[in-house]
Amino acid sequence: MSLAVDVTGLRKVYGERAVLDGVDLQVRRGEFTALLGASGTGKTTLLRILAGIEGSDAGSVLVPRTRTVVFQEPRLVPSKRVVDNVVLGQGRGARPTGLAALAEVGLEDHALAWPATLSGGEAQRVALARALVREPDLLLLDEPFAALDALTRLTMQALIGDLVVKHRPAVVLVTHDVEEAIALADRVLVLRGGEFVTDVRVELDRPRDRGTADFAELRRSLLADLGVTV
Amino acid sequence: MTAVLRGTGRPAPELVAPRAARSSGPRRRWAGPVLRTLGPLALIGLWQLAVVSGVLTPDVLTGPGTVLRTGRDLWADGQLQEALRVSLTRAAIGLALGASAGLVIGTVAGLTRLGEELIDSSMQMLRAIPFLSLVPLFIVWFGIEEISKIILITVACTFPMYINVYSGVRNTDRKVVEAARTFGLSPFQIVRQVVLPGALPSIFAGLRLASTLSVIALIAAEELNVTSGLGYLMNQAKDYLRTDVLAVCVLLYSLVGLLADLVLRLAERLVMPWRKAVAVR
Repeated sequence: MSLAVDVTGLRKVYGERAVLDGVDLQVRRGEFTALLGASGTGKTTLLRILAGIEGSDAGSVLVPRTRTVVFQEPRLVPSKRVVDNVVLGQGRGARPTGLAALAEVGLEDHALAWPATLSGGEAQRVALARALVREPDLLLLDEPFAALDALTRLTMQALIGDLVVKHRPAVVLVTHDVEEAIALADRVLVLRGGEFVTDVRVELDRPRDRGTADFAELRRSLLADLGVTV
Repeated sequence: MTAVLRGTGRPAPELVAPRAARSSGPRRRWAGPVLRTLGPLALIGLWQLAVVSGVLTPDVLTGPGTVLRTGRDLWADGQLQEALRVSLTRAAIGLALGASAGLVIGTVAGLTRLGEELIDSSMQMLRAIPFLSLVPLFIVWFGIEEISKIILITVACTFPMYINVYSGVRNTDRKVVEAARTFGLSPFQIVRQVVLPGALPSIFAGLRLASTLSVIALIAAEELNVTSGLGYLMNQAKDYLRTDVLAVCVLLYSLVGLLADLVLRLAERLVMPWRKAVAVR
C-alpha cells in the first residue's frame, strides 16, 4: 500500500494545551480523506503541519514533495493578474499550463483580470486552479468553501469532486460541514480532544445523493461523534 | 392577531417617494476645473488690485504683470533655465539617493523582527532631528561644495520615505505571504512579487512627502555659498532689492512642487493598474 501521508505520534502544544496529542494518520495515494471536528479541535493545525507551514512538537510527519493548499480565503496576490496567480512562483513561461488550469475551473475568460474584480466564488476557483496546476501528490483543503454562499458552495463542491477524480491526488479536506465530508470523501475522520475518535469509510455510490436514507444515517452518526444530537 | 388589531386604530400613513439626501444633479464636465481655477485667479486679482490701489508698493512686492514680464526676460536671456537645471539636478540627485536609502532601510526593518529591532529605534531617534540644524555640521564635515548640499537633501528625503515604506511593508497581508511561501516562492521572490507591490501605496505616499522635502532642503542648501542655481538668483535679487525676481523664484519653487506631485500621481495610477480596476467597479 503506497502512502501519501504517514503521520505517527504527532503532538502539537500551544501554551499548556496539547491541541494534537499522539495523532496517527495514514492516507493512501489518491484517497480523499475528510477531517471533521468542531472549532478549536486542531484540524486546521494538523493541515498546516502537513503543509509545512507549522512545525510539530513530537512525532513524525511524512508527506510528498509536491503538495498544495487551498485556504479558506483565496489568498491571491492582488498585484498579479489571475493567470499569473495560478502559476505563482513558476514564471511567465508557465502561463499556457495556467490557462489550461483556468479552463478546468471555467475561468479562462478571466485570465487577464485583476483578482480584486472577481467574486468570492471566482477567486476561490482561481485558488483551486493554482493548487491543481502543479499536479500535486497531496492536495490540502482548509475549509475552502466556508466563506462562500450556499449556492456557490454546492457548485464548488461538485467542481472539486470532478477535478479530484480527474487528477487523482491524495486529498485531505478539513471541514466542519458533515454533509460536505460525506458527499466528497472516501473516508471520514472525526477529531476530538486531540485525537481521532472515528474513522469510517464512505461506501455510497457516486455521485452521492444527499436525500438517501444511507446518507442521512451516516450523517446522524457522524454528528453524534461530533457531540451533536439531532 | 392583536398586532393587526392595534394597527387598525391608527390612520393609514401617507405614502411618499423616498428621496436620496443629496441628489447631485447632472454637472457639466468643465464645471470642476473651472471652479478650481477660480480661486487662484481671484488671488491674483486681489494682488493686482493691491498694487494698483497703492497698498502694495514695488519695493515690497511688484504686481503680477511685472513679475510675469521679469520671468519672461530671465527666460529670454537663459538665466532661468540654467538656474532651474542646476537646482533641479541637485534636488533630483538628493531625492533619488534619499528615497532609495529609505526604501531599502524601510523594507529591511519592516520585513524581519531582527531588522526592526536593530534599525527602527535609531531611525525614529534620528528622525526627530530637524535636518536644518545639520547644515552647520555638514559644512564642517563636507565643506561648502556640491557634495554637502546633496547630502543634506538626501538626509531630508530618507526619513519620510523610511517611515512610509516601513509601515507599508509591515502591513502586508500575512496570509498572502504565507500562501506564497507554500507555493514555493523564495524570500527574495516574496519581497519582490508580493510585499513591495502591496506596499506601493505607502511607497508613493513617502515619495510625495520626500519630493516636497527635497525642494525645502534645496532652498536651505542653496542659502550657503552658491554660484549657480535658483538660490544664487534669489541671493543676487535680494542684494539689489529686486522683489520681482524674488517673486519669480518663489513662484517657480511652488510650480516645481506642483509638477512633482502631478508626475507622482500620474505614476501612481500607471504603476498600480490593479487598484484602478477596483475603482472602476
